[in-house]
Amino acid sequence: MKNIIILGWQTLRKPSGYYSLGALVIGGFIAGIIFWGGFNTALEVTNTEEFCISCHEMENNVYEEMKTTIHFSNRSGVRATCPDCHVPHAWTDKIARKMQASKEVWGMLFGTIDTREKFLAHRRGLAENEWRRLKANDSLECRNCHNFDYMDFTEQSERASYQHSTALADGEKTCIDCHKGIAHQLPDMKGVEGW
Amino acid sequence: MKKLNLAVITSLLVLAVSPVMYSLSANATDKETVNSVATLRDATPIDVQKEPNRIPQVVNKDIKKARNYPMQPPVIPHTIRSYEVNKNNNKCMSCHSRHRTEKSQAPMVSVTHYMDRDGNFLAEMSPRRYFCNQCHVTQLDAEPLVENTFTDMHSLMNDKSKAKKH
Repeated sequence: MKNIIILGWQTLRKPSGYYSLGALVIGGFIAGIIFWGGFNTALEVTNTEEFCISCHEMENNVYEEMKTTIHFSNRSGVRATCPDCHVPHAWTDKIARKMQASKEVWGMLFGTIDTREKFLAHRRGLAENEWRRLKANDSLECRNCHNFDYMDFTEQSERASYQHSTALADGEKTCIDCHKGIAHQLPDMKGVEGW
Repeated sequence: MKKLNLAVITSLLVLAVSPVMYSLSANATDKETVNSVATLRDATPIDVQKEPNRIPQVVNKDIKKARNYPMQPPVIPHTIRSYEVNKNNNKCMSCHSRHRTEKSQAPMVSVTHYMDRDGNFLAEMSPRRYFCNQCHVTQLDAEPLVENTFTDMHSLMNDKSKAKKH
């Protein structure tokens, strides 16, 4: 075993004896494109709603609950899918989130929330994860669609325009501070600020 | 003898006709009461599915409405779409509870909500008052389907005192 590793390392260190430099560079470049393209394609496949709700934990709990909300069905037909709110759009943040999500694969394999009862028991913790994430990135995923600069306060109700032009405008609050449970049902909110 | 026959015939006739007359008059009164409900279907035949009316918008003006009588639960002047009121949380109370009103400037739920049915004060909202929508409802921007003839006490008393003066 040790000999094989040493042999491999020595081969890698030696200059190429048979192939031209051009073939190696071009071949390496093409292989790079294929690998990179394949990686990103696979990444995007995991970034679709079909992929998320291929697990029954997601389909029977959170997806069912979302169907009644305004982010699923509304007058203009624009709708948010799971990754729109739960995965950052910027590449580096997305990779970081995807690495965290490997824990969700673990949960799926070991059935951490594979019944409704187990899911409800974990709901507060799961919700807190998302609240913490959105609080830390100043509700980045909300702001991918809802841009404060283009909000027309005159079109908002009096209460909404008051809150948005004061607490939200001066950065005292971020979207998630008030808009909790807008796409899924809420856990027991005992002790949560503002509830 | 002939007179007796005539009397028998007329009485029989009356007997025979009276159920018909009775059912006719019953139908008439039924129609009056049924009609007030039938306006929802606008006389659509029973075997036809009526084209549903447009769903009206919820009034969202945040302006308090007058109460029609002193004990009326105030109506909600804003939308409450996806406000959860269940054993986990009560969204209404995140503005209308005692300790949230300073921030929200919303009216506080009245003290009666903190009383049990014997009038004893509780630290928390009374369970029988917890589900806001049992009494408080939003209003729709729509014409009433049935005319409302409710008259409140003040108008009644005013009318009475006016009538006395005349």
